[in-house]
Amino acid sequence: MELVYFLIEVVVKSIVVFACLMLTVAYLTWAERKILGHVQVRYGPNRVGPFGLLQPFADGIKAFFKEDLIPGRADKVCFVIAPMIVIVSAISLFAVIPFGNKLVLLGREIKLVIADVDIGILYIFGLASLGEYGVVLGGWSSGNKYGLTGALRAAAMMISYEVALGLSIIGVLMISQTLRLTDIVLGQGGGFWHWNVFLQPVAFVLYMVCGLAELSRTPFDMPEAESELACGFNIEYSSMKFALFFMGEYAHMVAVCAVSVTLFLGGWQPPIPALSFIPGVVWFLIKLVALIFFCIWERGTFPRLRYDQIMYFGWKFLFPLALINLVVTAIVLAIR
Amino acid sequence: MLYGYFAILVYILIALGFAGFVILASHVVGQRKSTATKLSPYECGMPTIGPTLRRLPIRYYIIAMLFLVFDIEIVFIYPWAVIYRSFKGFGFFILGEMLVFVGILIIAYIYVWRKGALEWE
Repeated sequence: MELVYFLIEVVVKSIVVFACLMLTVAYLTWAERKILGHVQVRYGPNRVGPFGLLQPFADGIKAFFKEDLIPGRADKVCFVIAPMIVIVSAISLFAVIPFGNKLVLLGREIKLVIADVDIGILYIFGLASLGEYGVVLGGWSSGNKYGLTGALRAAAMMISYEVALGLSIIGVLMISQTLRLTDIVLGQGGGFWHWNVFLQPVAFVLYMVCGLAELSRTPFDMPEAESELACGFNIEYSSMKFALFFMGEYAHMVAVCAVSVTLFLGGWQPPIPALSFIPGVVWFLIKLVALIFFCIWERGTFPRLRYDQIMYFGWKFLFPLALINLVVTAIVLAIR
Repeated sequence: MLYGYFAILVYILIALGFAGFVILASHVVGQRKSTATKLSPYECGMPTIGPTLRRLPIRYYIIAMLFLVFDIEIVFIYPWAVIYRSFKGFGFFILGEMLVFVGILIIAYIYVWRKGALEWE
């Protein structure tokens, strides 16, 4: 009987998280176009529904009915698998992210996280790197020069920044002494001055910069440089396969911001203990939306860097900075 | 405590099912009228010259190898970081150990830099 309850709980939580994520991704595409529009003093989508709110659904239906083209020179199996790898790896990151504290429902204590595993961070980094396979496979299997170049650039940039990304969170691990995400959140309780962003400010900046590079967003949107590569690795994709790449990118963006909230901004903890009557999910969402807004905002602000500048920045500035941060954190913790 | 991994499996299966369903559905619903021109690689309207899978610059391989080396070193630091504070009874021993490890990492990094592996012309 306990097993049946457990199964129901797992399935319900998975479906709810999945549905909420898909809705967020759909409206993220709307929000990005709307905010970028207002940044550039224009309206953005405003025709379909009030304020263009039905635009994501119109786009989805349109993508479904477009021609599903597999180019003649493509490697057909890899060409179909690549977008699936990207979206599945991006969606499955949410399996370990805690959205709130425990909830008591029908006499059962339910944790607001799909799977509370003790290697949460390793899981996230492993699956996040899996998405790069999708990018490389997609670019390579299209049989297109632009696609191949874009995929290689994307892969080289992502793995370069992953080194600094991996180093940047070690300080957080040293402070919270665990890889389990729920414990990391619990360790930041009791007011915003306990959040890791104030204990590890350099690590937070490093994480966000490297996260933007992992997402290949401006200023690191080299793989998609429209002016020279037409569209980068997804140039030959059409119909729903292109939409899957697109959705995967946005789901990954939500995931990077959610991990950032969990590691640095106290997850679902309220900023001051007196405000804990508001459910943790609300705090989590507020912080998440703030970070996502930052990601969209900076896209409207920064120009694109040159490719060699991006690689120099990653290897010659961020990597040593992350190492220094690690050593300084270790020494300070040892002296205290 | 394998229950957690079972939940992850369920969730990944849902994601996989979604991706597969979407690709299959668009394949069924979308129209298909392929012509030779449409199937040729898109190069902004120009006819393709030569093979599309060309040889790759060696730079990308070097970056990939550097990534492997440095990322594995970082993964070695993770378990150390988790137990760092609880081992404080050993005094500065565990800190010194890690400083030696990071020192070797920095020597390798300086070597790579001096050799010019991080240059892009």
